[in-house]
Amino acid sequence: MIKTLKQSVKIATSSLLSNKIQSLLTMLGIIIGVASVIVIMSIGSGAQSLILSEIQNLGTNLIAIIPGHGDEEDAFSMLSGFAVTTLTYDDALALRENKNIPNIMAVAAYSKGFGTAEWKSKTYSTSLTGTTASHLEVMGGDVKEGRFFNSEEEKRFSRIAVLGSDVKDELLGQSDAIGQKIKINDYIFDVIGVMEERGVVVMEDYDDQIFIPIKTVQRMMGVDYVGFIRSKVYSEENISQTEENIKIILREEHSIKDQSGKNDDFMVKNTAQALDMITEITNSLRYFLAIMAGLSLIVGGIGIMNIMFISVTERTREVGLRKALGAKNSNVLGQFLVEAIFITLIGGISGIILGVIISSFIAIGAHLLGYEWNLIISLGSVILALVVSAGVGLFFGFYPAYKASKLDPITALRYE
Amino acid sequence: MNLIEIKNLKRTFGEEIKTYALKNATFTVKQGEFIAIMGSSGSGKSTLMHILGLLDRATKGDFLFEERDVSKLDDDELATLRNEEIGFVFQSFNLLPRTTVLDNVTLPLIYSQKRVSTLSRAKEVLESVGLSHRLNHYTNQISGGEKQRVAVARALVNRPSIIFADEPTGNLDSKSGAQIMKILQKLNDEGKTVILVTHETYTAECAKRILTMKDGEIVSDEITKNQRRVHTEDLIK
Repeated sequence: MIKTLKQSVKIATSSLLSNKIQSLLTMLGIIIGVASVIVIMSIGSGAQSLILSEIQNLGTNLIAIIPGHGDEEDAFSMLSGFAVTTLTYDDALALRENKNIPNIMAVAAYSKGFGTAEWKSKTYSTSLTGTTASHLEVMGGDVKEGRFFNSEEEKRFSRIAVLGSDVKDELLGQSDAIGQKIKINDYIFDVIGVMEERGVVVMEDYDDQIFIPIKTVQRMMGVDYVGFIRSKVYSEENISQTEENIKIILREEHSIKDQSGKNDDFMVKNTAQALDMITEITNSLRYFLAIMAGLSLIVGGIGIMNIMFISVTERTREVGLRKALGAKNSNVLGQFLVEAIFITLIGGISGIILGVIISSFIAIGAHLLGYEWNLIISLGSVILALVVSAGVGLFFGFYPAYKASKLDPITALRYE
Repeated sequence: MNLIEIKNLKRTFGEEIKTYALKNATFTVKQGEFIAIMGSSGSGKSTLMHILGLLDRATKGDFLFEERDVSKLDDDELATLRNEEIGFVFQSFNLLPRTTVLDNVTLPLIYSQKRVSTLSRAKEVLESVGLSHRLNHYTNQISGGEKQRVAVARALVNRPSIIFADEPTGNLDSKSGAQIMKILQKLNDEGKTVILVTHETYTAECAKRILTMKDGEIVSDEITKNQRRVHTEDLIK
């Protein structure tokens, strides 16, 4: 058995080497297929770890409260452009001031919109983030110049603004920011602070927004609800108990009697759940793409089948000879199968090497662009690639090998 | 002991229009015989050799190989018998291309269930045909006569009880042909049974018994009166 295997590998190597270009072209399908699977899996893992590490940097001790029940009605109103209006500023105040939830460190409410800022002859369009003074406590971030607004200003419809670093650069250039008067959607605001550069965190560019007291934004946009509320807790261990407490308080605020949660007009999620959700989404996306790339392996497999048929035809006399010398059908079948698997395995290994090289270049490129990108090549994807390529060889090599094994020795020996 | 015993053996080809390649062949082969099967092209001598060599099956008739009824053996059992009891030498050598002399000779041992030291046995038979100096040469680097000697070594490597040689000198010059015939005679002298298929009277006369075939029938079966002994320079050292 081992003798036969060794000999088959030897024969396969010599026949591969004697038709170098042909072998390379045949293997190319497998090489490209395996390399794309490796690259896609690696990019997927890299992007996933990037997003996850950003979320983790924010802290896993965050709870988000979003309006609506997450049912079809909400989805409908969101698709039609209506906001779900069931959360208010008072809900945030209620959570902040309730002494029954000792685990809550800070609560911030958000109301987002777009606006155009003007200073002298310059205009700049950006996001307006209406929030509470507690924003820095909940989401982090440092003030570079001046100060953030305080909770007194938050309640008083003050026309004061804190600029993200990009907004400051685009609008004011090198000029001093503090004390400047700028126009936002035609209302005049005093600039009281500029934020430290922070970059993109979980798909939100913190440098490209203007922070304004939430009441002021609500009045500008003519709304009385908030987009969402975030709350930071002291201890992560008690996070689910805290979530339950939040739900109880909000039901009280919204006069919802049913404590089962089915009538709730809000949803409470924590970072861990968000992490799970994002992991789930990115995983399924990654596997879907990998399967798509894997389809090219089938095309590669057809190439293998073709070359194996050619090989069997070219070596008909050899098959006849081997049978005359005592090879059983199973020996011949085995020999050609080993050859097919050998070709696909060589292709698979080359594909893995190529895939790792491409993934490394992508990782280097991402680093040059300033992302904390990790080069992740999982052992699982390498093993999967090897098993799949061997499997392709086995599957597509079987029929040609079977035909070879069924050759009649006399006919085969006489084949010209 | 009768090595081969056949009785009324028939081989037809084609389903509707039957061609008789072999008609009622009956004879026995004893251990140690040297038989030449002679006949012109199309006489059925190759068909007979293929059946005797267990490469093909008879359509009808009895065939005992070493007292075993061949018709009752399945393909795998026939393969094992071919591997262990039969050695073939073909007209066109049939060596594996891109493979060394040594690897060609060890080929039958790969399929053998006998436990033998492959390498030393292969070297031993190659020495007996005078090719010790060609072990690691590739088959495209040696002459036709040497190729056929490699084929003889391959036929001998698994110690078969019978050697079938199908026109072994057909593709060789007369000197190389003589060398092959001398090796076959020497093997027969040592007790090996040899069956030779040829259309040349000159070659057939090297055997001890000549079966002549015509149109699928054995028309004569004679003991050679004066077996031609091949004399060449002493090539087997």
